Amino acid sequence: MTATQERPSAEIGRDRRRKEDQRLITGRTRWTDNITLPGMLHLAMVRSPFAHATITSIDTSAARQAPNVIAVFTGRDVADEQGSIPTAWNITTEQKSPPHPPIAVDRVAFAGEIVAVVVARTAAEARDAAELVDVDYAELPAALDLKEAAEDAVLAHPDLGTNKSAFWQFDSADAGTGGRVDEAIAAARQDGIVIEREYRQQRLIPSFMEPRSFVCDPTGEQTVLWSATQIPHITRFFLAAVLGIPESKIRVIAPDVGGGFGGKLQTVPEEMIAVLLARRLGKPCKYTETRSESLLAAHHGRDQWQRLTLAANKDGTVTGLKVDLLADLGAYAGTVGGGVPILGAFMFNAIYKFPAYQFNCTNVYTNKTLTDAYRGAGRPEATYAIERLMDELAVELGVDPLEIRERNWIKHEEFPFTTVAGMEYDSGNYEAATARAKEMFGYDELRAEQQRRRDAGDRVQLGIGVSTFTEMCGLAPSRVLGALNYAAGGWEHASIRFGGTGKVEVVTGASAHGQGHETAYSQIVADRLGVAFEDIEVLHGDTQISTKGYDTYGSRSLVVGGEALVLAADKVIEKAKPIAAHLLEASADDIEFSGGRFSVKGTDQGMAIGEVATAVFAAHNLPDGVEATIDADATFDPVNFSFPHGTHLCAMEVDTETGEVKMRKYVACDDIGNIINPLIVAGQVHGGLVQGIAQALWEEAVYDDAGTLVSGSFVDYLLPTAADTISFDIDHTTSPSTTNSLGTKGVGEAGTIASTPAVVNAVVDAIRHFGVSDIQMPCTPERVWKAISSAGGGGDDPTEGAAMPHFDRSEPGQDSTEGAGA
Amino acid sequence: MARITLTVDGAQVSDDVEPRMLLVQYLREKLGKTGTVVGCDTSNCGACTVHLDGRSVKSCNVLAVQADGHEVTTIEGLADGDRLHPVQEAFRECHGLQCGFCTPGMIMQAVDLLNDNPSPTEEEVRLGLEGNLCRCTGYHNIVESVLHAAKGGVTA
Repeated sequence: MTATQERPSAEIGRDRRRKEDQRLITGRTRWTDNITLPGMLHLAMVRSPFAHATITSIDTSAARQAPNVIAVFTGRDVADEQGSIPTAWNITTEQKSPPHPPIAVDRVAFAGEIVAVVVARTAAEARDAAELVDVDYAELPAALDLKEAAEDAVLAHPDLGTNKSAFWQFDSADAGTGGRVDEAIAAARQDGIVIEREYRQQRLIPSFMEPRSFVCDPTGEQTVLWSATQIPHITRFFLAAVLGIPESKIRVIAPDVGGGFGGKLQTVPEEMIAVLLARRLGKPCKYTETRSESLLAAHHGRDQWQRLTLAANKDGTVTGLKVDLLADLGAYAGTVGGGVPILGAFMFNAIYKFPAYQFNCTNVYTNKTLTDAYRGAGRPEATYAIERLMDELAVELGVDPLEIRERNWIKHEEFPFTTVAGMEYDSGNYEAATARAKEMFGYDELRAEQQRRRDAGDRVQLGIGVSTFTEMCGLAPSRVLGALNYAAGGWEHASIRFGGTGKVEVVTGASAHGQGHETAYSQIVADRLGVAFEDIEVLHGDTQISTKGYDTYGSRSLVVGGEALVLAADKVIEKAKPIAAHLLEASADDIEFSGGRFSVKGTDQGMAIGEVATAVFAAHNLPDGVEATIDADATFDPVNFSFPHGTHLCAMEVDTETGEVKMRKYVACDDIGNIINPLIVAGQVHGGLVQGIAQALWEEAVYDDAGTLVSGSFVDYLLPTAADTISFDIDHTTSPSTTNSLGTKGVGEAGTIASTPAVVNAVVDAIRHFGVSDIQMPCTPERVWKAISSAGGGGDDPTEGAAMPHFDRSEPGQDSTEGAGA
Repeated sequence: MARITLTVDGAQVSDDVEPRMLLVQYLREKLGKTGTVVGCDTSNCGACTVHLDGRSVKSCNVLAVQADGHEVTTIEGLADGDRLHPVQEAFRECHGLQCGFCTPGMIMQAVDLLNDNPSPTEEEVRLGLEGNLCRCTGYHNIVESVLHAAKGGVTA
């Protein structure tokens, strides 16, 4: 019991080293692909090379004859059983969603779609035999370009009759949260400033490091699925709904999961197939994708065209913002799917006091890999648009970009503030974060250096980029989700249970995959219950242990899941109190709980909560009518989102002769409310920054004119390396959130949301004097050079061309993406 | 099938393998050394990095038969019993990992880097880790970890 009585100072706020690390740094890991079971069979997928085609015939005879092949399945073989993978988010009741069978039956709608599955005794034999499956296709015209697809020139799904999935609008006048945006724009055209821009959010690939893997064991009473997923609970629900298996007969386990970033937020065809075929064959089945399959067929992110109109008075006070989005869903509506752009609907107005706002979004199907949530999901797109526009407004007025922001942002004394998009921002201090960021950055000195280099006509010019972002975190209040027509809720669940020795098990429905829940949750519970950090075990990611939950995404684990823990801990204390009173022979009214001890007021008598747990375990001496447990469950459903914000400043150097860009300095001062573990927070910020920077500079999923993904391996999809990146300067200001008792706001997506516009603003700022006002992402040397070179044309034309190849194109044998559509 | 005999993490092993079998498949599938993982199929990511006779190699880029007669060290053989290798310790200390999938390869590469250059600059660390991809950390704390280990005087 001594361990529970001698507690160090508060755990919350300590830079605890992670509990998770010991097993991860020694290779003692449980990735799904590590799992082998007796008699386990292996699956290999046969995938369509065509973006759009009808399947005229499939000859599986040669594959069936191959060594150790057990079976080969086509879509037709499982057509009656396999169902259709649903979307959880029809953004309108009229949304069109084509059926999405796990194995295509008679038509494929993107290159990479599964048309047959080989089952063999080893993975190598399955893959060898997959090469022998002979599929005849009749190619159909493919809808590839997003804008052309929106015109219905070629249909991605002819039976739908249109490529438009749904149209969704938010209008502040209709919602009663602001004025008519068209009136504001008309007024600004008469006597003010109108900024009109079109920006491209290129298609990205989440690129989690652990390829997806699924192992299904159908041999027990329950069908067990190990899945490299972010969402074991939602997967259990979907498996039950699609395959008609009772929920109680399915156990989903997410063991160690190697990253997700939204990329494992889906129930996917491969997963359904593993379950379906394992049950059909009565044998455990495993499927692990190759990296190429992952890039090709796991979902992509972003992919929008954004048409934007910002209206302002002559003094730079913003008066209206109109947003028209065209969003590419790819071939099918994914789990979150069409809802991703809608998550951005409430964020385009950002930290600024727009009196009128309208958001319009048209979701469109194409014959490409489907898109879905990728780190930030809708909010990076929104933040990019508004932070680029604010820079353009500053240029129009000839003032510093921070000055124009300050003129328009919500002042710290105005919180809580209801925005034109109807969100209530609970807390924030944009002045404080900006002041700190400027100080860290050496803003004035760098501006002076920029001027010197510009005046001197240096070959390498310096640009400074600003992003004063905010985001909505903590998905999500269930009522809000309901109002948005999302099919599920947004609460989170936690249990706290004591063993007879006084050790604590914490069970959470938030399923971690790298975030450090085991450590951060231990810190929260250690403080709340006054038990030692080391005496707490956090359990997650197995639906038989953690029976309820909504899993991990949308920066929700702390602000929603953490609060569920607090509620459960408080219930534990309430249950333990009368037992402690009884054991201490005192009245419950005289018992206080502090630092892990129940004590009798005004005496030195007391006992640790762990001792109460031991007494409850024996149950020899409990008060009459009291249940022999102090364990407790709690569910927390937030009433509001939380709104982290921050000021990010980026200095980029641009070689005006080659177009090469180089990051010189990056400063982030984020206000994410109270911090549980600063070490984990720093890691989330760093990683988020690089993903956002990568969108600005390097990454793009590129398709050729036939609908083939040409950036389908890590040779061509340019994930940044250590050599491409720099070390960052980060700090925090703190305005505690009022939407949860811990005062936390969420940090998982902040860096990604904030950094993309900061980088592009810096690149454009470096070469603005050449007449450049935009460069399409990623800002490759080629695009930057072209923007500078065509500056006579004003630089307003969006740059075209390929994403950056991984290797020097002059070297032999290197595939080039040159000439591929942007 | 070809007969190979090699030392893996200090133990001698001998097996008949298909000539096309990759070293990483041999480690994972035949020996159960699942601490070493496969992250890509183009030898870009480095998640499968191990030591072959003390030098780092991407084990997806080496055939098992090429390791015949050689000595392989994986992440599972790096610690000395319960005593972690200083680079492992540094990754924990500096929060150099999040999901941990790239970590075995990253650590094995970092050990090799420090064997070559015990006092690297930040730039040298960044260039030395260029063949290993991480999607979680943004590399900031990985670089910190390697510099931290270097300060502690890491030797293999």
